[in-house]
Amino acid sequence: MNSERCAACKYLRRRCPSDCIFAPYFPSNNPQRFACVHKIYGASNVGKMLQQLPTHKRVQAANSLYYEAQCRIQDPVYGCVGIISLLLQQIHNAENQLAKTQAEIAVLSNSHTQDSQFQQNFLLQQGNVGQSSSPSTQPSSWFK
Amino acid sequence: MSWIRVSFLEACKFLKRRCIPNCIFAPYFRSDEPKKFAKVHKVFGASNVSKILTEVPEEQREDTVNSLAYEAEARLRDPVYGCIGAIALLQRKMVELQFDLSIARARLARYTANYSSSPILNDRSSMTTLSEFPVACGVLIESFGQNSSELSQDGLMNDFSQFPYTF
Repeated sequence: MNSERCAACKYLRRRCPSDCIFAPYFPSNNPQRFACVHKIYGASNVGKMLQQLPTHKRVQAANSLYYEAQCRIQDPVYGCVGIISLLLQQIHNAENQLAKTQAEIAVLSNSHTQDSQFQQNFLLQQGNVGQSSSPSTQPSSWFK
Repeated sequence: MSWIRVSFLEACKFLKRRCIPNCIFAPYFRSDEPKKFAKVHKVFGASNVSKILTEVPEEQREDTVNSLAYEAEARLRDPVYGCIGAIALLQRKMVELQFDLSIARARLARYTANYSSSPILNDRSSMTTLSEFPVACGVLIESFGQNSSELSQDGLMNDFSQFPYTF
């Protein structure tokens, strides 16, 4: 038996065995953590969930259960599903904004390309006008 | 245990008890969804679900049950991370999008600046007003200390096509 009971065994008012499934993840210095998880899942369910996992994954499982329990206590209707909903909305908006910005870049890029071509043609024509000795071959209305 | 012969709903059927007239589960666990209550019961327990439902207004109980069912499903699919895995992935996607958006905005600004400074060209567009996208619920990824490949190997529920909350 542990000299000091873990938070779970203190909460459940029982002795804390040396192989207590909760002890590594619910230390006695954080009683609120187990109280939170117990309120939403119940000790029995938490114990079963941890028991079914390999030891090296239990820390993350306990942490995620605690996080979800906190979300559910703060928002009893939606819990962490509310956060997922919000994130999906934000991603949707950000994707729309990105698509819009990229479309504007494409428009500007195409316009810039067309105008660059126009500039090049203009400069070429200026060069040709200077060199030509036959005015009749030049279109007289080109730059009117 | 005696079985009541009139129609009784899945929660009470699962719990092998009489379905009382004002059963709190009755409106939300219909007979055509037999696994729904089983999943919720496995993760949360009937007693805890009952307590949660009694604490919320009646008009919000259906949404409560649906969100509990979604969380239970996520936890059964991914016993280590549950819904948190999905949240971490979405946060990561959001951070990537914010990065892509800032790159695109900078590029657009350069185009606009170069374009408007040309003597031949006209000023064709103004800078788009972009809203900020703060990522919801802080930075969860670091607190769980996982990389994306490890998260995806745990079989996360990242198919949001069945997400019950549309917008």
